[in-house]
Amino acid sequence: MQELLMIGIGAAFINNVVLSQFLGLCPFLGVSKKMETAAGMGGAVIFVITISSFITGLIYQYLLEPMNVTYLQTIVFILVIAALVQFVEMFLKKVSPGLYKALGVYLPLITTNCAVLGVALLNVQNSYNLLEGVVNGFATAFGFTVSIILMAGIREKTEHNDVLPAFRGSPIVLLTACLMAIAFFGFSGLK
Amino acid sequence: MNRPTERLYNGIIKENPTFVLMLGMCPTLAVTTSAMNGLGMGLTTMVILAMSNLMISMLRKFIPDGVRMPAFIVIVASFVTIVQFLLEGYLPSLYSSLGIYIPLIVVNCIILGRAEAYASKNPPIASLFDGIGMGLGFTIGLTSIGIVREVIGAGTIFGFQIMPSSYEPITIFILAPGAFLVLAMLTAIQNKVKMRAKEKGKETKIGSGCTGVCGSCPSGNDCGKRG
Repeated sequence: MQELLMIGIGAAFINNVVLSQFLGLCPFLGVSKKMETAAGMGGAVIFVITISSFITGLIYQYLLEPMNVTYLQTIVFILVIAALVQFVEMFLKKVSPGLYKALGVYLPLITTNCAVLGVALLNVQNSYNLLEGVVNGFATAFGFTVSIILMAGIREKTEHNDVLPAFRGSPIVLLTACLMAIAFFGFSGLK
Repeated sequence: MNRPTERLYNGIIKENPTFVLMLGMCPTLAVTTSAMNGLGMGLTTMVILAMSNLMISMLRKFIPDGVRMPAFIVIVASFVTIVQFLLEGYLPSLYSSLGIYIPLIVVNCIILGRAEAYASKNPPIASLFDGIGMGLGFTIGLTSIGIVREVIGAGTIFGFQIMPSSYEPITIFILAPGAFLVLAMLTAIQNKVKMRAKEKGKETKIGSGCTGVCGSCPSGNDCGKRG
């Protein structure tokens, strides 16, 4: 139990996926303009990463390893993730239109989110078992959501600030990310 | 200019993936902690990009339009796996310092972007050179960011001490926040250049690297194409 907690806190805060591992940077910069969309993206990412780390874990342990074809992991994982995102989209549309409406627009964007593949590969690299992998996936996605929502909050506040013309747009966002990354360094004391 | 040289020029200068198109930001920030890592990552990406462009261009008449994305992904992932094992075998130190970012080349938007925008529509030799040009442009981008970060953050270039020993390295530049800081400065400089060009009446145009997926594009917010 304590080990799972350590994995969770480590993945969510100490090694924050965006601010210290630079995965999922594109949606972090792209869809963090409004709090609402940021929260939607975060929700969709939590959903997909948790499921995908479970399924890629299953496939790795019960298919690739017994058949001795672990070298296929990159190919298999990326295809599984692409298919999974499609499937989740169709499933949500059928079963829960409300949730689909909230997350639907963000789902296709997630295939290009390198955090999903990154988590699947990290789970293998750290030889996590199925449960640890799912916890790691959920926590990573949670960390992503926390940082994208924080970022959206800051961007909403600074939108009307008088920023140097050259720094308008992405440079000021990157500077904000820089300050956030420094702040997240504080969590490394938790180790 | 004949076609191969034109493609090389296009990739290195005109549509430089790092400085002009701003594609592939994740590896750009993550592995540029030193000049050596930047160079290694750039060259690795270049090899994969050139091979996958060549392969996709040769197969472009056989891949049905409806499944072209999955087909491209499988081709790219295969090359990534091959290169990963070559690195593990021959350059184990680079392999361990790049770590998880090597398999993640699969989702690098430069590669799929070039496959979609160029290789799937053009003959093999031109596509090969397009890949090499883009890859070299990416390598130059990563190496120069790596050099800046390494000089300020550690006082060295490619591991050689170049700053005087009285220089106190600003370690934060080789840590995560430094990556964001350097990129912010870089894009600000680029904005400045663009604004000056605009004053002179020159329109900045968007390169062909745009894949149309604005949400995942780092320049999505200030991109004129956005609907």
